[in-house]
Amino acid sequence: METPAKIELQHVHFAYEDHEVLHDINLRIPPNQIFVLFGPAGSGKSTLLRLLNRLTDFSPEETHLQGKVLLDGQDIFAPDVDVTRLRQRAGMVFAKPVPLPLSIRDNITYGLTLGGRRDRSTLDETVERSLHAAALWDEVKDRLDDPGMALSGGQQQRLCLARTLALQPEVVLLDEPTSGLDPISTLQVEEALFQLRESVTFIVVPHSVQQAARVADRAAFLLMGELVEEGPADVLFTRPKDKRTEDYVTGRFG
Amino acid sequence: MHLTPRATQRIVFGALTAAMVLVIIPLIFVIGYIVVQGAGAISWEFLSGMPRNGMREGGILPAIVGTLFLTLGTAIFSVPIGIGGGIYLAEYAADTPLTRAIRLSIINLAGVPSVVYGLFGLGLFVLFLQFGTSILAGSLTLGILTLPVIISTSEEAIRSVPQSFRVVNAAVGGTKWQGIRRIVLPQALPGIITGVILGLERAAGETAPILFTVAAFFLPRLPHSIFDQTMALPYHLFVISTQVPSMPVQIQYGTALVLIVFVLSMNLTATLIRRHYRRRRQW
Repeated sequence: METPAKIELQHVHFAYEDHEVLHDINLRIPPNQIFVLFGPAGSGKSTLLRLLNRLTDFSPEETHLQGKVLLDGQDIFAPDVDVTRLRQRAGMVFAKPVPLPLSIRDNITYGLTLGGRRDRSTLDETVERSLHAAALWDEVKDRLDDPGMALSGGQQQRLCLARTLALQPEVVLLDEPTSGLDPISTLQVEEALFQLRESVTFIVVPHSVQQAARVADRAAFLLMGELVEEGPADVLFTRPKDKRTEDYVTGRFG
Repeated sequence: MHLTPRATQRIVFGALTAAMVLVIIPLIFVIGYIVVQGAGAISWEFLSGMPRNGMREGGILPAIVGTLFLTLGTAIFSVPIGIGGGIYLAEYAADTPLTRAIRLSIINLAGVPSVVYGLFGLGLFVLFLQFGTSILAGSLTLGILTLPVIISTSEEAIRSVPQSFRVVNAAVGGTKWQGIRRIVLPQALPGIITGVILGLERAAGETAPILFTVAAFFLPRLPHSIFDQTMALPYHLFVISTQVPSMPVQIQYGTALVLIVFVLSMNLTATLIRRHYRRRRQW
């Protein structure tokens, strides 16, 4: 018997207004590895990602969800779910880095202080641990009180990763986290993920098939809101079962 | 005739510059005239003394103090409610017929002639609530006059804070209010302060709303409580310009000068605050 899934989607249909974006998705994401969701633009990857910590609640449009999304077996859309707690357990890093208009230090401690943590030494420890984890510590350790927005794009994205990691999430959702970064910064972000995958479940929407193949332990291929194929990365990127996956991975379309 | 793009640009820029000069010249003329006519009246005694001899001599201290108190009172009533209203409209109000009606009311309120506010204040605060002709009644009346400006500038300032900050706040587990208090409001503050000061500045210079609610024709002492009447600069200016025979012109212009300096210095404060925060803002 396989390990229990960290996240499980059961017959998930999701629509904005009357436009269905996800059709009957069934997916089990095992814990503590890098799971990649890939596919052409408009295939529903970002929506699926946002569903996992209910950022879809913020949609200005009316949304419709059928099916179940389970985190550790618990339905995250159940009425008694503490959404704040859910978002701390499943953190999100966005495509465009958005540092809050605060210092580097305060960006990282922001989530903790929301929960009422004030203890200076715990906060300082968290800042150092998170920045190390996001491979940013050496670059910013002497200027933690500078504004987060003064950092370069690549540094900002690692700051956002550190801010998410500060909450010690079990799951981290990354939506094209390196789309605006140069190759070196991209590598640094990817390295940070590799360092942490023993203890965190990463779900990544990559910005290219190459990146998907580079970072994935397991992967799922989405096309037009449908889950075409899911499996271990070495299978999916070398011997895919579905013709459409093969065509996409080898660059015949997309 | 065919103009080159460069010539067109010259002509348009010239026209725009001319328009700007046309706007500024009368302003400079008015202020300059008041300064020239009134500067001679400014003295320590004028600023700190009581009016004497039917206001033809002495100082205007009660009017200065009255205007200060009224401005302060207006701020106490209108700033918390105005900013609260701005937050509500920008962050919480859904687009319903009710909120559309609220918005429409605010826009209309901003267009109501100030004398109507005065009558409203007389009816509600002075007579019905029995506050009498008092600083309290005047401040409340001016507060209502100021509300639309503060509400709409606050709403605008809050809306202009990028949506992405709110999403990030939620993504790290912040409640909506935590995001507003810790991220959105600090970022919107310069805009809000500007709106507050512009609103208060208008209140400080108004005559009609205080006419029936607080202003005293001649009361050569400082107010003792919020239930006291008081003199105020704009009304005092009106009185000495139209109601008192053989009034020295210098005192009239001196009073106008004090009022203008008061209002302009509030304006300058707003500009400085905004510039200070703009420089720190990074988005």
